[in-house]
Amino acid sequence: MVQKLNEYLRESPSQTAGPYVHIGCTPNATGINAYGGDLGSVMKTGPVQGEEITVKGIVYDGTGTPLRDAMIEIWQPDSAGLFASANETRGAADPNFTGWGRSSGDMETGEFTFETVKPGAVPFPDGRMQAPHITVWIVARGINIGLQTRIYFDDEPDANATDPILTRIEHQNRIPTLLAKSAGSGEYRFDIHLQGPSETIFFDI
Amino acid sequence: MSLTKQTGGFIPRDRDWQPEALTPPYKTSIKRSPQAPLLSFPSTLSEETSPVFGHDLIGELDNDLILNYAKNGEAAIGPRIIVHGRVLDEMGRGVPGALLEFWQANAGGRYRHKKESYLAALDPNFGGCGRTITAQDGSYEFRTIQPGPYPWPNGMNDWRPAHIHFSVFGHGFAQRLITQMYFEGDPHIKLCPIIGVLKTQEAVDALTAPLDMNRTVPMDSRAFKFDIVLRGRRQTYFENRKEGL
Repeated sequence: MVQKLNEYLRESPSQTAGPYVHIGCTPNATGINAYGGDLGSVMKTGPVQGEEITVKGIVYDGTGTPLRDAMIEIWQPDSAGLFASANETRGAADPNFTGWGRSSGDMETGEFTFETVKPGAVPFPDGRMQAPHITVWIVARGINIGLQTRIYFDDEPDANATDPILTRIEHQNRIPTLLAKSAGSGEYRFDIHLQGPSETIFFDI
Repeated sequence: MSLTKQTGGFIPRDRDWQPEALTPPYKTSIKRSPQAPLLSFPSTLSEETSPVFGHDLIGELDNDLILNYAKNGEAAIGPRIIVHGRVLDEMGRGVPGALLEFWQANAGGRYRHKKESYLAALDPNFGGCGRTITAQDGSYEFRTIQPGPYPWPNGMNDWRPAHIHFSVFGHGFAQRLITQMYFEGDPHIKLCPIIGVLKTQEAVDALTAPLDMNRTVPMDSRAFKFDIVLRGRRQTYFENRKEGL
């Protein structure tokens, strides 16, 4: 026998966000006027540095049906690669950019839209630079624990080719599931497939 | 203890403890569960940072669901309760400044939502959402009415136990968590396919709030205690020292 590691607690078990997550997280989108607006609906609070972009997409289930009751959150650095976070020690992020967005998606089509900026590069723990990316978190009815993934950009081939995570993926033919597709003039498309032949790569980070 | 001294990466999420994505008795999970293995990596700055929500974000009634949707001096109908507890990390330290958002059905088990079709009545004085930010020691509390159980389409006769949904932000996006709080003694807990995704009785217990008579307000409200644990970060001995030691 050994001593018990009893000073550690266990993370609270996750439970599904359920069909009414929007009551709690985007109440105004459901018609409940609260808080003077929904948190995360605006990422740019003034003139921002860098390239302004729009990312749109739909979350599909294993039958190809859009989810119309999901909630998607994104988190990213500013155009210089700095986070608007208390844990950011490398410098001060753009004061007019929150880095965090939340969308309930369109209640009819399921399409989410984020008005944001193209993120700058951020280092990996070993110091190598990662390709520009946006962290994504998806919850919905039927999803027992929030799904993490990342948005990389298809117009960053050089950075993607040396990214510490992308280069370590065994099934390189799945990498396109992580690439937002540029449609020109700052518009990007990033659809998420929960299941099936084009299942998005989800992360355990 | 300053947060910025917690420089280690996040301890990996215990996937043996957390529910699986595919849990067939909860039917909706079948077509919404990824089938490929998750791609595991150590956390990076993208997961170790998180948006900051200041206490000035919170309005006076945001943590009072009995009054925050009520009109004309009225109040929501139902058993008056206080929910309180602490947000902790896996090391047992309080997490200050954590944003908690919560939502729930009314006392009759009805949600205020366009897509909700249960025949129980809406309460005109109950919206069903609230939020708060934890204090320096990770503690929080809010006031609400005890929600009712309700039927839902899964099996022919499935009922959710009374529950309150919680969304939690800590200090790193890797800690992002949504869960549900259940009430001690609810006979529906054993029957619910959504609670059934939890793998052990210990996990069910971790989401079941006991009645806390010490925090009741006599002749006013009962109280339930619900602690929430978020992922912790690796630390070295020196980073682990308490301030001033």
